Amino acid sequence: MKAPSSAPFQPARTAGAVFILKKAVISALVALLLFSLMIGVRTEAGPEGRLIYWTRFDELAAIVALVFGGSIIIELLRQWIGPLGAERIVPRWLQGLMEFAGRWLGPALLACAILVPFIFYDQRYILDLGILVLTYVMLGWGLNVVVGLAGLLDLGYVAFYAVGAYSYALLAQSGIPYPTFIAVPPFVSIDFLHLGTWSFWVLLPVSGILAAFWGVLLGFPVLRLRGDYLAIVTLAFGEIIRLVLINWQSFTGGPNGISAIPRPSFFGIPLTPADDGFAARFGLEFSPSHRIVFLFYVILALALLTNWVTIRLRRLPIGRAWEALREDEVACRALGINITTTKLTAFATGAMFGGFAGAFFATRQGFISPESFTFHESALVLAIVVLGGMGSQLGVALAALTMIGGFELFRGLDQYRMLVFGFAMVLLMIWRPRGLIGHRAPTVFLEKNQAISSDLVKEGHG
Amino acid sequence: MSGQIEQILAVDRLTMRFGGIVAVNALSFAAERGKVTALIGPNGAGKTTVFNCITGFYKPTSGTMRLTHDNGTVIALERLNDFRISKQAKVARTFQNIRLFPGMTALENLMVAQHNALMRASGLTFLGLIGAPSWRQAEQRAIDLSTVWLRRVGLIERADDAAGNLPYGDQRRLEIARAMCTEPALLCLDEPAAGLNARESGALGELLLSIRDDLGTSILLIEHDMSVVMEISDHVVVMDYGVKIAEGTPQHVRDDPKVIAAYLGADEEEAIAVMESGT
Repeated sequence: MKAPSSAPFQPARTAGAVFILKKAVISALVALLLFSLMIGVRTEAGPEGRLIYWTRFDELAAIVALVFGGSIIIELLRQWIGPLGAERIVPRWLQGLMEFAGRWLGPALLACAILVPFIFYDQRYILDLGILVLTYVMLGWGLNVVVGLAGLLDLGYVAFYAVGAYSYALLAQSGIPYPTFIAVPPFVSIDFLHLGTWSFWVLLPVSGILAAFWGVLLGFPVLRLRGDYLAIVTLAFGEIIRLVLINWQSFTGGPNGISAIPRPSFFGIPLTPADDGFAARFGLEFSPSHRIVFLFYVILALALLTNWVTIRLRRLPIGRAWEALREDEVACRALGINITTTKLTAFATGAMFGGFAGAFFATRQGFISPESFTFHESALVLAIVVLGGMGSQLGVALAALTMIGGFELFRGLDQYRMLVFGFAMVLLMIWRPRGLIGHRAPTVFLEKNQAISSDLVKEGHG
Repeated sequence: MSGQIEQILAVDRLTMRFGGIVAVNALSFAAERGKVTALIGPNGAGKTTVFNCITGFYKPTSGTMRLTHDNGTVIALERLNDFRISKQAKVARTFQNIRLFPGMTALENLMVAQHNALMRASGLTFLGLIGAPSWRQAEQRAIDLSTVWLRRVGLIERADDAAGNLPYGDQRRLEIARAMCTEPALLCLDEPAAGLNARESGALGELLLSIRDDLGTSILLIEHDMSVVMEISDHVVVMDYGVKIAEGTPQHVRDDPKVIAAYLGADEEEAIAVMESGT
């Protein structure tokens, strides 16, 4: 070691003990203030409804001492190790390993997903969890078009999920309405076409189209809005849809929801123990697992369709225009790109996938109510997109697996579950502030296909 | 065209008001087809406002801007708004502060510029989604055109690098290449030499002249670097306080006492630059 290179470390080490002590005392005081009521005094309702309380000053003292000592240790560590950068928190070898894994992660995940029903055939819980994760993967991929590619912050994505679910539920129960011409006034009457066992397969695209229609409808008023304002209006849109579903009792069933929604069929063959059912036709013994496995593959196929279409769209002019819109809207206008239709198609495409997922959700549950379509869902899907790395398909899938699977994994931890989760998110945001997979893959290349650092990629502002 | 001087752009009594401020006051000038027309003037003279009116970012308070294509079609630019200027009138522009898509590669930037042609070729996305052969050919042609331009501006080596990673001078040239990929009839450049060193602005001048001579693209230019203006312009329009104070050949304008006064009044150094440069 040469002398000049070690010189810059010298001043950092000499930060006085006075400074460390001062900082520790301040931390301890803050802790005392905070915890004196939270821990120091314990209140409870007594036997006759009277308030009884007792003090726990020893615990309070322990906590304050812990904060005091912890503060000193952290300060000392900071001086010995230096500033805590990403490299220090996640060791280099681990990063190298993850880069290697990154290349094979996608195909490996897909293979695992295909094999899940074989391995866990009898474990209904795992299969249900898998279906749930895949639903969120699909929703994440759908929202990724709007938020990740086009850079439009949409907080009301659940609205399209709801439109898809209700479209399927209502149309499957009533049949598709169509006009018939009659001899007596008013000359046109509405008849209903019942689809029987094919209802899911016919209504799936219908639900997607209806959701896309609502996506365009939402898109129009928010075209001029950007950033926070756009987020607020989309949030409101999500709430409006939910409130309409609750209050339009005669149409949607209000808070009671819709029950007995037709189950999907195996391309026309019902998955029931009946004589013309799936098991009887194929000479199998009836098992309720058939339907679960079938649903698993349906949502897997739907999710993969979403993924395929999105990857394809990215390489088409429309997808490039979405990304260009995220990067610089003014430059897009100067290049003759119609901002209005570009934004609307992004909304419509994202909404369509949301609608597919909604129709699937309705047919899987057999029962839907407005409670399933709260803001919490929108926030969860958005969190998946942001954590995954905006615009990254693999990142979104990983984030959905971690968020939804992780929730289940830590179920045993009880009330500490959220704590673990929060801690993991803080670590992730220090390590990868732009999401799990933050870099962007170019859509076209001449010589070498190299990823673009996330520092250069814009998040979009409108 | 057969010796006859033809105007590609005729601006007539263009006025732009922002509240009480008149940024451009009854400005009239013309840009000739296949020539480089420079718009110069001290800071705050209203040059960029004129540009924003021509390229559809502002709607002028009054006045007309007529663009004539070489097939005789006349387009009233003041009636078109934002993206249609580029799409229908074939006017492309660059920005004073570079506006590339920093997170996209140089090649992707040029591909985005061919959006409208590619949208048609991809059958509004549907043909592209199923991977129709006609779409694949169109895409290859677009990549080829991009390659031609990358080569022309000397960025072929950096085709797959993010635009935001390129040095400043390269970004300037890439922005010009991107504008040219829209295959414009009129190219509007807002201070293309700003921030370039002497060697880079020399190369820029050559690039612009080659665009004019090889492709016959008309160029409208705002520039402060008088050496560039004097070297490449065929016609110079001088503005001050929103009005035209002089126009003519670079030599004519350089000797015009009103121009010297305008620059002297605004900034002594610039006036000296006007008088001394370009010789």
